[in-house]
Amino acid sequence: MADDTKTMNMIEAINSAMDVMLGRDDKVVVLGEDVGYFGGVFRATAGLQKKHGKTRVFDTPINECGIIGVAVGMGAYGLRPVPEIQFADYIYPGLDQLVSEAARLRYRSANDFICPMTVRTPFGGGIFGGQTHSQSPESIMTHICGVKTVIPSNPYDAKGLLIAAIEDNDPVVFLEPKRIYNGPFSGYYDRPVEPWSKHAASAVPEGYYRIDLGKAATVREGEAVTVLAYGTMVHVAKTIIDEMGADAEILDLRTLLPLDIEAIEASVKKTGRCLIIHEATRTSGFGAELAALVQERCFYHLEAPVERVTGFDTPYPHSLEWAYFPGPVRIATALSKILKD
Amino acid sequence: MPKTPPERREGSQPASNLPPLSLHIPEPRYRPGDTPDFGDIDIPAVEATPRPGEATKPEAMRHLCYGLVRVLDFDGEAKGLWNPNLAPDRLRSMLRTMVLLRAFDDRMFRAQRQGKTSFYMKSTGEEATSVASTMAIDRTDMVFPSYRQQGILIARDYPLIQMMNQIYSNRGDHLLGRQLPIMYSAPEHGFFSVSGNLATQYPQAVGWAMASASKGDTRIATAWCGEGSSAEGDFHSALTFATVYNAPVIFNVVNNQWAISSFSGFAGGERTTFAARAVGYGIAGLRVDGNDPLAVYAATQWAADRARTNNGPTLIEHFTYRAEGHSTSDDPSAYRAAQEARAWPFGDPIARLRQHLERLGEWDAERHEAQAKELDELVKTTQKQAEKLGILGHGMHQPFETMFEDVFEEMPWHLKEQCAQMLAEQEAKFGPDWKPE
Repeated sequence: MADDTKTMNMIEAINSAMDVMLGRDDKVVVLGEDVGYFGGVFRATAGLQKKHGKTRVFDTPINECGIIGVAVGMGAYGLRPVPEIQFADYIYPGLDQLVSEAARLRYRSANDFICPMTVRTPFGGGIFGGQTHSQSPESIMTHICGVKTVIPSNPYDAKGLLIAAIEDNDPVVFLEPKRIYNGPFSGYYDRPVEPWSKHAASAVPEGYYRIDLGKAATVREGEAVTVLAYGTMVHVAKTIIDEMGADAEILDLRTLLPLDIEAIEASVKKTGRCLIIHEATRTSGFGAELAALVQERCFYHLEAPVERVTGFDTPYPHSLEWAYFPGPVRIATALSKILKD
Repeated sequence: MPKTPPERREGSQPASNLPPLSLHIPEPRYRPGDTPDFGDIDIPAVEATPRPGEATKPEAMRHLCYGLVRVLDFDGEAKGLWNPNLAPDRLRSMLRTMVLLRAFDDRMFRAQRQGKTSFYMKSTGEEATSVASTMAIDRTDMVFPSYRQQGILIARDYPLIQMMNQIYSNRGDHLLGRQLPIMYSAPEHGFFSVSGNLATQYPQAVGWAMASASKGDTRIATAWCGEGSSAEGDFHSALTFATVYNAPVIFNVVNNQWAISSFSGFAGGERTTFAARAVGYGIAGLRVDGNDPLAVYAATQWAADRARTNNGPTLIEHFTYRAEGHSTSDDPSAYRAAQEARAWPFGDPIARLRQHLERLGEWDAERHEAQAKELDELVKTTQKQAEKLGILGHGMHQPFETMFEDVFEEMPWHLKEQCAQMLAEQEAKFGPDWKPE
C-alpha cells in the first residue's frame, strides 16, 4: 500500500478519483464549464482531457440546466456522467433537472431508467467569494427524495468517496468544501494555512479504492460531548476542541444522505451532549434535521439541549465574511455552554 | 428605503414628443362566440417548397423555417419534391395506426368520464405528428416524448393493454401506480419515461444523442414538446447543447396553437414561427403541415438522415391544431371559439390520408368502416381485459411497500423506518390480512 501512496491535496485526490474511474470504466464521462482543455477553475480535472480524450472529458456551455439535463440523458443511454457545476451557487438553474428528473427517474419509471450521475460542485465560503461563490446548499440537496449527498473533509476520503459516488447507481451530489482544497482550515483566517502534506489524510493511494457512502468517521474520540460536523467545519471544530482541551468526540458525517444514524446515536448516547456545526444558514439547515433526529432517538440520554453553531441567516457577505463564518469564538462559546449545562 | 430610478415628474412631458410606452399583452384572434376565419394563413402550394439535400448548411435553408413542407394537397394528391412515395401497404399501415390511436383516445377519454381514472389527454387532430414521424425513424432510435405522443407507442406496437394498465394505475401497471395517467415509460420500445414537467426531456434527448455519437453508435434521439413549452429554459438549453456538439437529435415542436388556455402568442408565436428558433442556433429548421401525414413523414425522414450522417440536429415545427381540450381537466369552450377546429384550414390528418389512399384506388369507404369497427372492437376488448386488473380509485392495487421502493437502488434506513410506520398505519386500518386488490 505504502508503495503506491502519494501525498495529495484535495484537488489532486479528486482529480485522481476521476482519473482512476475514467481509466476503469469507459462509460464514465466528465463534463462541465472549463473542465476540458483548461482543467477546471480549481484544477480538479487538470490533465484528464489530454489523457482520456475529448469525448470523455469536455467543456460545456455556461448552462447548468443543460449540463445536468444532458447528463440525465447520458445516464439513460448507459453512461456514467460526472458533471461539474463550477460553484454550488450556480446549481440553481439546474435544480429542476436534479429535483424533478434525475432524482425521480428510477422511481417514476419503476427501474426502467436510472440516473447514475455524480454532480461535483465546490461549496462553502472563506475564500472571499461573496454571496455568489460561498453558499452551502446541502440542506436543499438532502430535502430532495432520490439524491445522495456526500461531503468529504480530506484528500483520502475525497477520493474514496468520489469513486464510490461515481460507481453508485443513484444520483449523487458531491459537495467539495473549496476552502480546504489546498489545506485543512483551522478557523483562524489570520494564521498561515497549513498544507495538506502535514496531515495524515493526504497520504492517498494512487489506484482504486472506495469508501462506502453512508458511513461517518470518528475524527476524535471523547466522552463529554458529541460534535457533528462535515467538510471544512470538521477541521475548525477540531482546532477549537484541541485548544480548549475539551473531551469532545467529533463525528465527520461524510455522507448526509443516507446518514449514518447508528454512529450518531451511539456517540450521543455515550456522551449525552450534542453540538452540531455547519457553515450553511441556520433556519431549515441540515443542523435542524440532525437536532430533530438526536432529540427523537437520544432524548433520555441527553443532559443538555442540543446546540447548533451555524452561519447566520443572511447572504454570505464579502468583506465581513469572517464575521459571518462560524469560527473559533462561536464554536467555543457553544461548546462552553453545552459542557456547563 | 429602496432607492428608485429618477421618475418622470408629474405633468411634465417626455424629453421628446414620443407617445408614452404601452405594454403589449397578446390576445388570440378569436374568443368564445366569435366566428373564426383562418383564410389569411399563408399556405404555399405543395410544389412550391424546395427540398434541400440532407447535408445542406442551415444558413442555406433558413427559408424553410418560414415556409411549410407539404406533400398532400387538399384534394388528396401527393405531389412535390417532399413526396416520400410510400408504398400503399405503408400508407395503409399509417392510416390504421392513426385510426387505432383515435379509437384508443376516445375510449380512454370516456373511461375517465366514467370515473375509471383521474386524467386523460387526447391527441385528436394531431395523430399525424406522432404516428408518421415514428414510422420515419428506426425502431431503435430513442424518443424523449412529451405527454401527447401516445401515437409513438402505438406506432411501435406497444401493447395497448399496458397503456391502459398505466392509465388505470392497476395491478398490471408496471409503473406501480406511481405516475399520472399517460406518463408512460417503455424502454424496450425506445420510449423514455414521460416526466410531466415541461421540456425537461429536451436536454435529456440531447444528452442521449451525444452519448450515442460519442460511442460511435448509429442510433439517434428525438425530442418532443409543444409550442407553449418551447418557452421553457430547457428548450433553449437543449438547442444550445445540440448545436455546440452537433448532436444527432430531432427536435419536434408540436405547434397546436394552444397551451391549455394560452394561445401560441404567449410563446412568441405572434412574432415568428417556432421553426425559426433554429435560425438563431444555427441548426436546420423545417416547418411542416402537421395535419399532412406524408409531410410529417418526409420532414422526419430528412432530419433523421441528416442526423445519422453527422450533419447535426433539426428542429421541426409541426403546424397543427389541438382539436379538443388540453386534457380531461380542461374546457376549451371557456376560452376559444367553438368552431376553431372545424375552421382550421388544414383539415383532419386521418381524413386526409384516407382521401389520398382512396384517390390512389388503394382504399374505400367499405374497408374504412370495417377497419374502424375492427379497431374499436380491439380497443374495447383490451379495455375489458385491463379493467379486470383494476381501475383507479376502486381498491388499492399495489403492495403498500412499493411506495418506498426505487427511491434509491437500495432502501436506506430512513425509508425503511417510514415504510414500517406506513405498514403499521395500514394494518391498523385494514387489518393484518389485507392484500392488494
